[in-house]
Amino acid sequence: MSALGRVVRAGVRRRRTQSVAVGLAALVATTCSVLGGSLLVASRAPFDQAFDGQRGAHLTARFDGARTGADQLAATAHAAGVTAAVGPFRTLTLDPEPTPGEHTPAGAQLPPMAVAGRAEPAGGVDNVQLTEGSWPKRPGEVVVASGYETSAATGDTLRLPGLPGAPVLKIVGFARSVSRTADAWVTPDAIGSLTAPGSTPGYEMLYRFADAGSTAAMDADRAAVAAAAPAGALTGAQSWLAAKEGSDRNTAMFLPFMVAFGLLGLAMSVLVAGNVVAGAVGTATRRIGVLKALGCTPAQVVRAYVAQALIPAAAGILLGVVVGNLLTVPVLATTGHAYGTTASGIAPWVDVAVAGGTLLTVALVAWAAAVRAGRLRTVEALAVGRTSGGTRQVVAARIAALAARLPLPRPIGLGLAQPFARPARAAGMLAAVVFGTAAATFAVGMGGTMSWVQGAKNHDASDVLVHPQRPDLPHGAPGAAGAAAPPARPVAADPAAVTAALTAQPGTAAYYGLGAVDVTVPGVAGNTTVTAFVGNSGWAGYRMVSGRWYQGPGEAVAPATFLTEARVGLGDRVTFTDHGRPVTVRIVGEVFDPHMQTNELFTDAATFPAGTAPSPDLWFVKLDPGTDHAAYATALGAALAPLHMTAEADARHSSSGSIAALNSLTATLTLLLVVVAGLGVFNTVVLEIRERTRDMGVTKALGMTPAQTVGVVLASVLLVGAVGGAIGLPLGLLLHGRTVPAMGHSAGLNFPDSALDVFGTPLLLLLALGGLLIALLGALLPAVRAARARTVEALRAE
Amino acid sequence: MSDPVIELSGVGRRYEGARAALDGVDLSVRAGESVAVLGPSGSGKSTLLNLVAGLDRPSSGTVTVAGVRVDRLNETGSARYRRGTIGMVFQFFNLLDDLTVADNVVLAGELAGVPRGEARRRAAELLESLGIDRHARAHPGRLSGGERQRVAVARALMNRPALLLADEPTGALDSASGEDVKELFRELHEDGQTVLLVTHDLTLARDCATRTVRMRDGRIESDTAVAA
Repeated sequence: MSALGRVVRAGVRRRRTQSVAVGLAALVATTCSVLGGSLLVASRAPFDQAFDGQRGAHLTARFDGARTGADQLAATAHAAGVTAAVGPFRTLTLDPEPTPGEHTPAGAQLPPMAVAGRAEPAGGVDNVQLTEGSWPKRPGEVVVASGYETSAATGDTLRLPGLPGAPVLKIVGFARSVSRTADAWVTPDAIGSLTAPGSTPGYEMLYRFADAGSTAAMDADRAAVAAAAPAGALTGAQSWLAAKEGSDRNTAMFLPFMVAFGLLGLAMSVLVAGNVVAGAVGTATRRIGVLKALGCTPAQVVRAYVAQALIPAAAGILLGVVVGNLLTVPVLATTGHAYGTTASGIAPWVDVAVAGGTLLTVALVAWAAAVRAGRLRTVEALAVGRTSGGTRQVVAARIAALAARLPLPRPIGLGLAQPFARPARAAGMLAAVVFGTAAATFAVGMGGTMSWVQGAKNHDASDVLVHPQRPDLPHGAPGAAGAAAPPARPVAADPAAVTAALTAQPGTAAYYGLGAVDVTVPGVAGNTTVTAFVGNSGWAGYRMVSGRWYQGPGEAVAPATFLTEARVGLGDRVTFTDHGRPVTVRIVGEVFDPHMQTNELFTDAATFPAGTAPSPDLWFVKLDPGTDHAAYATALGAALAPLHMTAEADARHSSSGSIAALNSLTATLTLLLVVVAGLGVFNTVVLEIRERTRDMGVTKALGMTPAQTVGVVLASVLLVGAVGGAIGLPLGLLLHGRTVPAMGHSAGLNFPDSALDVFGTPLLLLLALGGLLIALLGALLPAVRAARARTVEALRAE
Repeated sequence: MSDPVIELSGVGRRYEGARAALDGVDLSVRAGESVAVLGPSGSGKSTLLNLVAGLDRPSSGTVTVAGVRVDRLNETGSARYRRGTIGMVFQFFNLLDDLTVADNVVLAGELAGVPRGEARRRAAELLESLGIDRHARAHPGRLSGGERQRVAVARALMNRPALLLADEPTGALDSASGEDVKELFRELHEDGQTVLLVTHDLTLARDCATRTVRMRDGRIESDTAVAA
């Protein structure tokens, strides 16, 4: 080994603290960068990535089982433009009821379930991804699609009371199909036992086409399939573009958030790694002086120290790639949930780019610091730490003298002055605290805003929900089109009769019912859904962006998407056409409605000409304080039974898995960034202590107790923590204030000020203290270690 | 005869994988004595001083200073013992470069809980008596070696220690500064300060000590009174 090689090896071994600090910094930087980079990559067209990953179905076609057979449908795989196809799978629509249990409250309802009989999750098209459990192996087992609305868990059972013998299906897992080809899957041989007497199961074929990029292309593809199948056999077809559109709306909302976190992670990584490596090389200045005195050229010194930094950094980077990947997998799974897609895997190029980039960063920073030290005159380098002089030391000494006069315990005064001795290093630590505080503030703000959004989504929460014995099929559900006909359902009851029952029921404080109808509005493409309210809807939890809720017939409120598309504002009149009848409303408010994010109008049912308003099929009831919700629901249910209506207590009509996912993602990412900030402080304090070992030995020899030594070290980060908190807080607020509107804008929503104003004064004070907390926690371990260091050895330190 | 300030009994110190740095050392130093410990490098002088200062613990035997069993103290107890009982002077001064001369001296008092005003008055007195009061507001880096050692002595005396420990106090000084420091130690002894100094400097031992203890290979080779 060359002399220089021995110097490098000895340097890495002997200066273990610095080596460990550099390795640790490289580890956290790589971990954070892999996560940040993966988030950025995952945020780029997540639906397309997931769709490609699963070889999603461009067209999910449903056929009437009575008009066609399996062989005829198999032949449609050769229709014009088809590049791949799977099926046919037998399909039917079930009306399951959950078995009350740990995950499912009594009386809970489930929407109709479009079930496909499929032997394997994969098959060349729509390779369904199991997210939990296993694929059904025998009749009686079912795997449920992640998008299907149920609180049931793996192991729970679903009852099928509408079928002879009321069979039961055991949920053996959950799976996600990006193409949303079914709500659930069973084994092919299970279909027979699940078919209602007198009905014939349908068929499902899944196709991929050479050209599927536009609605026109998909229409042509659909026509080709219809032509290849027996006449009239095709009962419905679902284009992948509909699923993509829905996913893209979610993506658009989350994209700015993911990008903000990803960039924060990358910035912190570079900062922490750079600061620690520069510090580690900086502490070696005297050793560099010794090497030069022995005859090393500046170029040799630079090579030696770059290598000395790269060895532990390379180890940290390798470990960081592993840890980063381990952490990224669950985070991407959550991201996938937020996007409503399957989790995209980690892009290998991210690992390679991050590892290479971090190594390059370390090399550059080490090179810059070593060049600076290498250029010092040998005598100056040798004198580092032994003599005072220079402007920096004079300023530091003056501040130390000032601190000595503060009415504080002396160890605190000693610690407070320390950052001024190494202002560049303190600035690096400050930046880490600023980023950490900003990230925490941003995350808390996002949590507050998401709670606000959740509140807005829960506008239909009520003490008691009244609905037909089965709720209507949700818009856009897979079972809505093309499935075999579901069993007959009761229709909504006469509103007057329901109103009478509600009014007569003791404990009713307020109620409203709602029905919806699709109408056309001039200038607005496609249909607009008008929701018509009966009763007092003023207490409904709709949140207004501007204006007010309607107060009577002829007034309406609408979300931003409609106002933008119809090019109308508050006070403008809009005429919609309902079954050929024109109805005019005046827009009095912009409502925040993240549900459909499409064209909607909300108005009083009395706005419609008499007898033409849509019948309300859902009723929301507020009870008098002190009323027993369950007892009320039971009594009302009995009263409504003749109307084929039922009452459910404490029903929360809406739930948002994506918001829960976003909140969980926020918590994970924030924790990571705060830990990285803390590690930034930790690493810097470790280097600082290493440099001050001798001084600490002196003060301990003078009688400084271990507790006082801890006090000195903690005090040395107090100022940085306080200032970092004071800077990080407004930065986090700014980031939140910019990101939320950007999220709304991407999704076609406007957030009112109340959605942004989620920080109370106590919370702001707590967040401002967050910087201190990060700094103190980061410094605690090195402080304890310094207190435990043996005084004799500390006094011997150079 | 006064009570012993230092009482070492059967003290041994063995480091892992090395021969004993100290082996069965017995030593007693009475109040007012000035004892110089002499010996070649590796003879155990510094180890002996570290044990008396509570900076290290013996592997065997007992170390008692001013009635305190130093070998039984934990880290916090050792720190309190050093504040109240001993003062230390090092070969390389070990002053804190970012504090002024006065603040270096005051620091020892403040750590011992002396009120700041009182500590400042005491430091000013010491600096004046040691002839370096004109440097009170300077930083140690601007002082000569002899002056720095005087500051170190002032700091060591801040809390009126029962025992002053000195490790090669003239080892890093030029001859003029060395003479200056010798004079200082002579005066301290004459004032009744108990001193234990470790040195290679035979003239320092002869001029400032009442006893010389010679060590070799971790054992006391001789213990003789210095002729007046």
